[in-house]
Amino acid sequence: MTDEVVNIEVDGVPVQAKKGEMIIRATDRAGLYVPRFCFHEKLSVAANCRMCLVEVEKAPKPQPACATPVAPGMKVFTKSPRAIGAQRAVMEFLLINHPLDCPICDQGGECELQDLAVGFGRDASRYNERKRVVQDENLGPLIATDMTRCIHCTRCIRFTEEVAGIQELGMIGRGEHMKVRTYIESVVNHELAGNVIDLCPVGALVSKPYRFSARAWEMTSAPLVSPHDAVGTNLYGHVLRGRLMRVVPRANEAINEAWIADRDRFSYEGVYSADRLEQPLVRRAGEWVESDWEGALMQVAQGLKARAADSGFLVSGSATLEELYLAARLARGLGTHNIDHRLRQRDFRDQSSDPLFPGLGMPIAATDDLTGLLVIGSNLRREVPILAHRVRKAARRGAQVALLNPAHFSYQFPVAAYLTSAPRTLAGDLAAVLAAAAEAAARPVPAHLLAATQAARVGEEHRAVVRALLSGEKRAVWLGALATRHPQFADLRALAAALAEIAGASWGVLAEGGNGAGAYLAGAVPHREAGGKAAAAAGLTARDMLQRPLRAYVLFGGVEPSVDALDPDSASVFARTELVVAITPFVSEEVKRIAHVLLPIGTFAETSGSYVNCEGLWQSHGGATAPLGAARPGWKVLRVLGNLLGLPGFDYQSSEEVRDELRALCAGVSPQGYRGTHAVTPAGAASAAAAAGEVRVVDLPMYQIDALVRRAPSLQKTREGRAPATTY
Amino acid sequence: MSDLEAKYADKMNLLVFEPLKLERSWTLPAYRSIGGYDVWEKLLTEKPDRGSIIEQVKASGLRGRGGAGFPTGTKWSFMPRNSPVQKYLVCNSDESEPGTCHDRDILRFNPHALIEGLAIAGYATNTTVAYNYIRGEFLGEPAPRFEAALREAYEAGLLGKNIRGSGVDFDLYTFIGAGAYICGEETGLLESLEGKPGKPRFKPPFPANFGLYGAPTTVNNTLSFASVPTILRKGPAWFASLGPANSAGTMIFSFSGHVAKPRNLELPLGTPFADLLELNGGMLRGAKLKAVIPGGVSVPVVPGDIMMKTNMDYDSVKAAGSALGTGAAIIMDETTCMVRVLERISRFYKSESCGQCTPCREGTGWMNRLLQRMLAGEARREELGLLLDVANRIEGHTICAFGDASAWPVQSFLKHYRHEFEYMIDHGGRSLVTEQLGARAA
Repeated sequence: MTDEVVNIEVDGVPVQAKKGEMIIRATDRAGLYVPRFCFHEKLSVAANCRMCLVEVEKAPKPQPACATPVAPGMKVFTKSPRAIGAQRAVMEFLLINHPLDCPICDQGGECELQDLAVGFGRDASRYNERKRVVQDENLGPLIATDMTRCIHCTRCIRFTEEVAGIQELGMIGRGEHMKVRTYIESVVNHELAGNVIDLCPVGALVSKPYRFSARAWEMTSAPLVSPHDAVGTNLYGHVLRGRLMRVVPRANEAINEAWIADRDRFSYEGVYSADRLEQPLVRRAGEWVESDWEGALMQVAQGLKARAADSGFLVSGSATLEELYLAARLARGLGTHNIDHRLRQRDFRDQSSDPLFPGLGMPIAATDDLTGLLVIGSNLRREVPILAHRVRKAARRGAQVALLNPAHFSYQFPVAAYLTSAPRTLAGDLAAVLAAAAEAAARPVPAHLLAATQAARVGEEHRAVVRALLSGEKRAVWLGALATRHPQFADLRALAAALAEIAGASWGVLAEGGNGAGAYLAGAVPHREAGGKAAAAAGLTARDMLQRPLRAYVLFGGVEPSVDALDPDSASVFARTELVVAITPFVSEEVKRIAHVLLPIGTFAETSGSYVNCEGLWQSHGGATAPLGAARPGWKVLRVLGNLLGLPGFDYQSSEEVRDELRALCAGVSPQGYRGTHAVTPAGAASAAAAAGEVRVVDLPMYQIDALVRRAPSLQKTREGRAPATTY
Repeated sequence: MSDLEAKYADKMNLLVFEPLKLERSWTLPAYRSIGGYDVWEKLLTEKPDRGSIIEQVKASGLRGRGGAGFPTGTKWSFMPRNSPVQKYLVCNSDESEPGTCHDRDILRFNPHALIEGLAIAGYATNTTVAYNYIRGEFLGEPAPRFEAALREAYEAGLLGKNIRGSGVDFDLYTFIGAGAYICGEETGLLESLEGKPGKPRFKPPFPANFGLYGAPTTVNNTLSFASVPTILRKGPAWFASLGPANSAGTMIFSFSGHVAKPRNLELPLGTPFADLLELNGGMLRGAKLKAVIPGGVSVPVVPGDIMMKTNMDYDSVKAAGSALGTGAAIIMDETTCMVRVLERISRFYKSESCGQCTPCREGTGWMNRLLQRMLAGEARREELGLLLDVANRIEGHTICAFGDASAWPVQSFLKHYRHEFEYMIDHGGRSLVTEQLGARAA
């Protein structure tokens, strides 16, 4: 489509349209509403509902606005007797077999059919025949069906085929027996599948966990940002009488378009899990007893003060920016740099070369236009479903995508080159790819990597990866979570950065958690203070803190070390320490076993706060509800701790103040890519491998990644939710 | 031979049915004996300008015989024939229009005319691959006959790659449908050919730009393609002279229903309906003609007395309030209850709707249920108006012409025979026809 402008007239109003676009897009832009059901701007045109029929001058019949291209001088009438007549006719047909029992339908009050029926339907039906009844489908634990209500718009089918890339929903039968259903009675397994709930204009596909629990008009809506991955998906939380009832997408073209991952949609269930900590708890003589805030906080403050520099902070990468910043200030106020959010990282050898924050190195939306992409060590669909969708979009437009992974993960798009390499050989294979790229681009390999590339044996498989990466003009190299968890992350990163440089590609690291980038900016790392300022002497990394006991620990934001640090042995470290303070929304057996004080805080939906996503975008939200019970927003708990410890500058009145203070510290600091010269040598690799014991990488199921999703029962019931972690 | 038969003797079987006089007319030798493949061989050796072939087809005035009557040459000219992409020709042998049965006889008795016609069309549109989409019900005889002829043509070196060293490629494949009426709609057919459910596409884009597998495609009816070789052999002027203005050439008229000798007759367009009726043996048992659906059930019904004054060509039948359609006339005598006929027709449309677009999916069933209740004596007078309103609300609102085709019978039956419907509603489901005719109608 070109940018050429075509002048048309709609209902007598001059409207400018883009050449070749459909009438409905021009009328939508001009704010002239044409009723529709099957049309959705993100899906292909089906033109099957016929609700958008409009009159077009000189056309013998009413034309569907969604499938009729504009033409210069075209005169469109959306409200002429002929257009309205056609729209009313279609509405009557849609309603004859539709159960007109809106009061017991979950979609009632937010139903496109109901809304349009007010405008285009009649007050009484002329249909005196028996209505159609359709058997329901079992689409799994997330989506409930009421297929009798289906109006056959096929949005769900087009979504699963075009966006999700799966062919599990389709139309069976013909005429009035046509049904939307799964072909083989399978459940719909896809990380974006929940979007069909929003797409369905009627009550045929609705949210199973939310169904029958509230009405759209009695809830308030609060903008939220997803804490689960580095994308920063925009959400709305719907709240009824102080309770978060459900989460729906907040459209943002630059980030998540109209979609959200199932993880973002259903994790809210975890907010109300039985594990919620609603009162401060302290351990007295081995027994957990409830405490008031004052007593618990005093105990914590005294305990930390007594152990000051011998404390360590393990913070969640999904905590808010404000929480991370205050936790970092607290640690440094105690005189230690022992704070880290990189709980699953294993290799910190080259951390001094870390960029300002781990990020994509390009805007998220630019993914769509990539022409060549290499993803190293990432189960992309699990880690960042929204980004995986954008990669799929790019691949469908012809981008050559190459993957270098420890296992063969499924992608619903053509993969140009798939190189599977065990963790032990991953760095060697990447070095071979680098060598092949240097050869193809006739560029020298940087000196610090020469030893690695010279030792590498370049094969056809490595050249295939390079060919894919070098396709077109817009190229990128990304490292995923499996790379950051790898015992040779430093090697992988140095090699990947050099590869990007040689290939003329942008370079990025996909950090775990919703604030992996924010945590760096906030100084929640041992080697950097807020704003990226290098620490005078680096503190202990998460790995060090978990291997060698300190005298006191603070676990912040629902950290459960066995999963969040992928470290089953951490229990012995905690057994040998004097004080463990868990500041957490949840209490689990593990936390009860290791902690001495439990301070309840709100989940992401119960606090105001900010997230910095992988493109460096700061997004703030005001929270949706107040924390449960006596729990308080995390930033407030940290602020009071700061006051009790007598630290200066802890007199914040709002989370915005905290954020603005950090923002000022970050002002003028420009993000830079990796500039390190970490030498990768076979010997160095061998010693890193030896230090790590066996070279292994754990792939965590996507509904295990943080404390909140782990407690969302519906997500846990899905196939993915039941899957165990895989060690490669 | 009656006088009438004598009168039409030299107008009969001039085109596609020409070889019918021969033994085993479907074989290659029989077809060659009447000059078959001469045009094709000439094209292969002389390789004239492709546009000139299209011009000849245009000049002949041949209109698509599948029902809509779109000028065939014009359709071919829509193909971007100089485009380097793979283009396709598709022959629509999914003959499913109730009452229509001429394509099957072409496949049975003169398959080579179709093969040659497709090859010529392939040359004219610079297309090297063609499919013949044959309805599944033709598996018995027509499809094997076509397949056998196709083998003969390949063995004779008339098809394939670089045919006879000419540099011309043309490959033709048979595809057997799975038996849905809607697959006869050209875009439904393309979907089916692609292996998907036969659900028509919205247009634009038209198949000439976005057809089979998204490539430029021309879809024509069997009779249209099969007419082309003789048109080019005998000249466009000869063909044009066979029929009246706007209705060049011949048609294969399929008469069925209450006629004594129902059969396919190839005669020039413009032949009076009355003559055709007599050539089909006249009315069965000498009964009185009541009504005719002149072009397959998808066109409006016409009262018999009007039809008796109408010639069978595009403009005349249109003037009579209907359409020539497929040239398949369904003849109904005075014993016919029009309510029952319409219920049967509406049941067909209810069963055959593809279901993708709203008015047709919901409306066809509604119309049928209303009619069923009329037959059962459970309808009210005002529901007659509702029935017409439902038809009017389907018409013109659907993706393909199926919706219109389901509405037109309802509209026309109510226009001409409303009193029969009213009588039935008022008399608890008893038919006016049955009551008037008594035992005769039983």
